Amino acid sequence: MTTPQRERPRAEGGRAPGFLQAIRQAQYEEMHRDPTVILMGQDLRANVFGAAEGFLDEFGPERIRDLPLSEAASVGMAAGAAMAGLRPIVDLTVASFMFGAMDQFISQVAKSRYMYGGQARVPVVYRQALYYHGGTAAHHADRPYPMFMNVPGLKIILPSNGYDLKGLLKSAIRDDNPVLCFEDANLWGRRGRGGPEPEAEDHLVPIGSAAVRRSGTDVTIVGIGHGLVQSLEAATELEAEGISAEVVDPRTLVPMDWPTILESVRRTGRCVVVDPANRTCGAAGEIAAQLVEECFDALRGPVVRVTTDDVHVPFSPALERQIYPSKDKVVAAVRRALA
Amino acid sequence: MSVVDNQAAPWATVPPELQGEHGRELAIEMLRRMLRVRMFEEATIELFHAGELPAMVHLSIGQEAAIVGACLATGDSDYMTGNHRSHGHPIAKGAGMDRLMAELLGKATGICHGKGGSMHLADFSVGSLGESGIVGSAIPVATGAGLAARTLGEQRVCVCFFGDGAANEGVFHESLNLAAVWNLPVVYVCENNGYAVSVPAESLTSVPDIATRAVAYGIPGVAVDGQDVVAGYQAARTAVDRARRGDGPTLIEAKTYRFHEHAYGLRVKTAYRDAAEVAAWSDERDPVVLFERRLADWDLVDDAARRQVREETAAEVAAAVEFARTSPAPDPAEAYRDLYVTEEDAR
Repeated sequence: MTTPQRERPRAEGGRAPGFLQAIRQAQYEEMHRDPTVILMGQDLRANVFGAAEGFLDEFGPERIRDLPLSEAASVGMAAGAAMAGLRPIVDLTVASFMFGAMDQFISQVAKSRYMYGGQARVPVVYRQALYYHGGTAAHHADRPYPMFMNVPGLKIILPSNGYDLKGLLKSAIRDDNPVLCFEDANLWGRRGRGGPEPEAEDHLVPIGSAAVRRSGTDVTIVGIGHGLVQSLEAATELEAEGISAEVVDPRTLVPMDWPTILESVRRTGRCVVVDPANRTCGAAGEIAAQLVEECFDALRGPVVRVTTDDVHVPFSPALERQIYPSKDKVVAAVRRALA
Repeated sequence: MSVVDNQAAPWATVPPELQGEHGRELAIEMLRRMLRVRMFEEATIELFHAGELPAMVHLSIGQEAAIVGACLATGDSDYMTGNHRSHGHPIAKGAGMDRLMAELLGKATGICHGKGGSMHLADFSVGSLGESGIVGSAIPVATGAGLAARTLGEQRVCVCFFGDGAANEGVFHESLNLAAVWNLPVVYVCENNGYAVSVPAESLTSVPDIATRAVAYGIPGVAVDGQDVVAGYQAARTAVDRARRGDGPTLIEAKTYRFHEHAYGLRVKTAYRDAAEVAAWSDERDPVVLFERRLADWDLVDDAARRQVREETAAEVAAAVEFARTSPAPDPAEAYRDLYVTEEDAR
């Protein structure tokens, strides 16, 4: 765990990459750096998802592979390849597709090193988008990272901006452990779209380090993924009312940077957690539980969760919008935490 | 169940692989490794009855020829994956028995430091990338080892062992399809022992010969007598050579039989196997007995030499048991190690 960092994403109009650009840069740079890195995914060579343009020409068919619709074999195969000397990146595209490979994720990816007494190294990265809030409905809109937080042996990153995504993804590719990289698709279009950043080749964001995005004194808002954006918007609105909110971006969910979160909440005495996953046993619930256990004496109000409601994602925009966290829900949660 | 019977024709004379001094050495190694597997597992039965095994074990007794034949067709740098019934696979691949036995007893000196146990042995030093207690779950892992070998330009192959039950798992289909389209150097060896725990294979599996499923992937499929170590070796040798040439995977089905219960110590109240069937296999189709008889018939390895192999192996197994018994239990802190590669590991 590193010391708390105060970082902001680079300003709009600067050179901060957009999400797809960040993915492309991270993968491109690391594939150049290390010939054992290979990239596999569905619809990769045709660049359907937009982050692999030119990769086939650059790295060749042995290192850029289109996967069949075989999620379980793809996930386990990447683990086996990692155990035998490669550093695969697997682009599963949509996080809901992970469910077809749950046994491989849990029985092989997460457990191999432990079960075999440390003989295995499994340096593999699985990338998947949280593809919600866009009419994709129940089979494509899951945010399943809390299920994987419940499985020891995996690292989990969930960046909130392209700058962090690039740095975390590069760290993940260099990590000797399996890393799940969840990409909140609501952030895809937000920032960047400018040219590449050749000077940023060694830009690494360490796994396990949170960032304080905004300093404040009255309440800590922990925002995950798109929830971080909503948290910052809420903090701006609350500022007009004279409420000073500190906003923390965990960036990594496993290992969680507990010192940074705890330090902030000890100072403010109040906490709201904004988590796009479902409510029950979510990341927000885990953070709330840790706060109650570790800094109960410092809490001056309830830890309030803002999560997606415990329903499946409905199709109609008239139905879908209401179930997710929103800026207004965050503002209301802060008022409750301060009451 | 049907059995491919190779007994009649080809073995009237010494098969070419076992001719010459090198061939005789291979024959002795086949015998030695089958005996290691057999005696190692017989020792686990004793340990079970002595109350020293922390859990039940799935024994390969009866299936040794299929295991040893395929493993001896590989080299030391080749990879192998196993399943829940896989004490024998790392042994056949060349692993030392001391640390395997210590693992079965949950000791600090166990090959997995007491965290894997009977169903999750692995010895990476001989290419044994681990066994999967979840049936079929290691098939993709083996496929990935093949992908790594191919991508890194290595000449290694991976032999993937699984049973008839696993051939009905989805990852069997997904993996064989992938290995076929990418020409991966993987040899899939299905030990068809006739039963998925209690249910006869023919009532769960769409074809009498699982090997015929290879047709669906456009790869060679071969069914062999799983009680014949030479037949298993020959089929695997052909498949390994093919894989090493870059010509892709093969599916081998070894028709075999487990002589003991699904798990030793498990009491299944309803008899699902005819006692006469079990007796017929144990009495007439024991792969060790069959091979020893042939070695005698061929005048290849005489009684004294075979006895010597038996005695040496018995001593190795006894030493492994002694090593395991006298090893300390792991430090409780061991339960919290090896979840992740840490900076400490890097040093």
